[in-house]
Amino acid sequence: MKRTDLALLLLIAAIAALPLFGGAYALRLGTIACMYAILALSWNVVGGWAGYPSFATAAFFGFGAYMAGVLLGKGVPLALALVATLVASLVLAGLFGAVLLRLRGHYFAIASLSLVEALRELVNNATDLTGGGMGLNIPLAAGSGILADATFFFYAMWGLLLLAALTMIAVSASKLGFGLACIRQNETAADMVGLNSTLYKSIAFGLSACFVSAAGGLYAAWVHYIDPSDVFDILYSVKPIVMALMGGLGSALGVVCGALLYLALEEVVWRNYIQIHSGVLGVLIVMLLLFLPHGLISLRWRMFWRTTAHV
Amino acid sequence: MSEILRLDKVSRNFSGLKALSDVTLGIKKGEVLGLIGPNGAGKTTLVNTICGVTPADSGRVIFAGNDITGIKPWQAARLGLARTFQIVQPFAEFTALDNVAAAALFSQPGESVRSAREEARAHLAFVGLEAQAAQPAATLTLAMRKRLELAKALAMKPKLLFLDEVNAGLNSAEVERATKLIHQLAADGITIVMIEHLMKVVLNVCTRIAVLHNGGLIADGAPREVIDNPAVVEAYLGQQYARRNAGRG
Repeated sequence: MKRTDLALLLLIAAIAALPLFGGAYALRLGTIACMYAILALSWNVVGGWAGYPSFATAAFFGFGAYMAGVLLGKGVPLALALVATLVASLVLAGLFGAVLLRLRGHYFAIASLSLVEALRELVNNATDLTGGGMGLNIPLAAGSGILADATFFFYAMWGLLLLAALTMIAVSASKLGFGLACIRQNETAADMVGLNSTLYKSIAFGLSACFVSAAGGLYAAWVHYIDPSDVFDILYSVKPIVMALMGGLGSALGVVCGALLYLALEEVVWRNYIQIHSGVLGVLIVMLLLFLPHGLISLRWRMFWRTTAHV
Repeated sequence: MSEILRLDKVSRNFSGLKALSDVTLGIKKGEVLGLIGPNGAGKTTLVNTICGVTPADSGRVIFAGNDITGIKPWQAARLGLARTFQIVQPFAEFTALDNVAAAALFSQPGESVRSAREEARAHLAFVGLEAQAAQPAATLTLAMRKRLELAKALAMKPKLLFLDEVNAGLNSAEVERATKLIHQLAADGITIVMIEHLMKVVLNVCTRIAVLHNGGLIADGAPREVIDNPAVVEAYLGQQYARRNAGRG
């Protein structure tokens, strides 16, 4: 295990201590932080390692939310519903990946974006199952009391983040991670050395979807009510990309840091500039990317000392 | 000597352009075949067609007794068809070692990242890049990158090795060094098909020469016979080369 992986686990462990320091607000923020970190880590597999800029995150988030929501409505226990969602989206995304990942660059980005729209319309029109545009009510899954509920969902999301992080650490050191790095750098050469790139890309797409879907399912159970425009919101596709770019593309530690920084910016800006918060957030992100193009992970201590130029 | 590769009336079009037309060619085990011809003759397309990058439109490609006509590049690689690219194709961010390790890892069954890196070290040493093992491929000179390509191809334990202009863009000392490596590989019994424009190298290394012109095979035989062939002189070598050659010979 590399030092950055260890740092990542320490960071996640530190997040677990959050409930000691605050009430319902801190728990809500913590849950969203974990969720964002899962989305960013997942996007990093296909966007950061394999080099395919995917906009499909929202598709799988919504898919997970609806699949878990429907299952919960039918009386399936939460844990079972989440596992089923995770497995189903792994398989589904693998199949989608085998088709979509034949496209490269911008073409792939557009195709992955259309996946969000296609799934949203499907859910919108399958009124019998999903309630369509009316949304879907989801029965309470956890214990009684607001704080107990909040604590439960915080730790559930945290557990999912830990699982995602451990998976990503294992993948990054494996043959799969090595192969994805080859594909990103030079897909022609990767084919030529005997790498079955279609298979590898499909697995990557599946991996990037399964934790997102599980997080979506957990989100649905947490908020008790979902509708298509909420869980298929294109912002769920865009935010993880911004987080990954801010934190450092390709680094698991980097993207999790990026997710936390993004959430912090979002909260601070939203609180202080409620009228123009998207504008201010946008400017901040552009500045960050301009002055720190390789993300937080590229920060070094010596950058803070002003070194004198040669006179 | 048995045949390792057989091309049977292989054709390939790029929309209106006939890049290869009815090429029939056999390659024997242990041969070093020089593939020459003017620019645009279809030399690289021939290699691409065999390796599955641009599959043949008609005809058959038979490798070691199996029909591999519509095969995918990665399947060809696992069968033991390795190649170097005319325009080098390194994994730019990877170190030289990881570049070669990738080749060993994905072409051989049952390799782990660790064992592939160990093997890669030996191949890097063979091409004389052990000092650059930890350097990113993007920082290597062109000559080094060409040798890195060769090390990658060797890590795939090739039965048949295609060398696409390994000497293009190298200075004479570097060419000499590369030629020596090719000699060594041939001595180890690897069947080699080399695309090459430097006739000195072709005549020095190859046991047989095939000449492509406008997508068709116009000559195939022993080096001396081929370079005296009037059609080859007309299409590729030029009268000047022929006269100079005759003067020397």
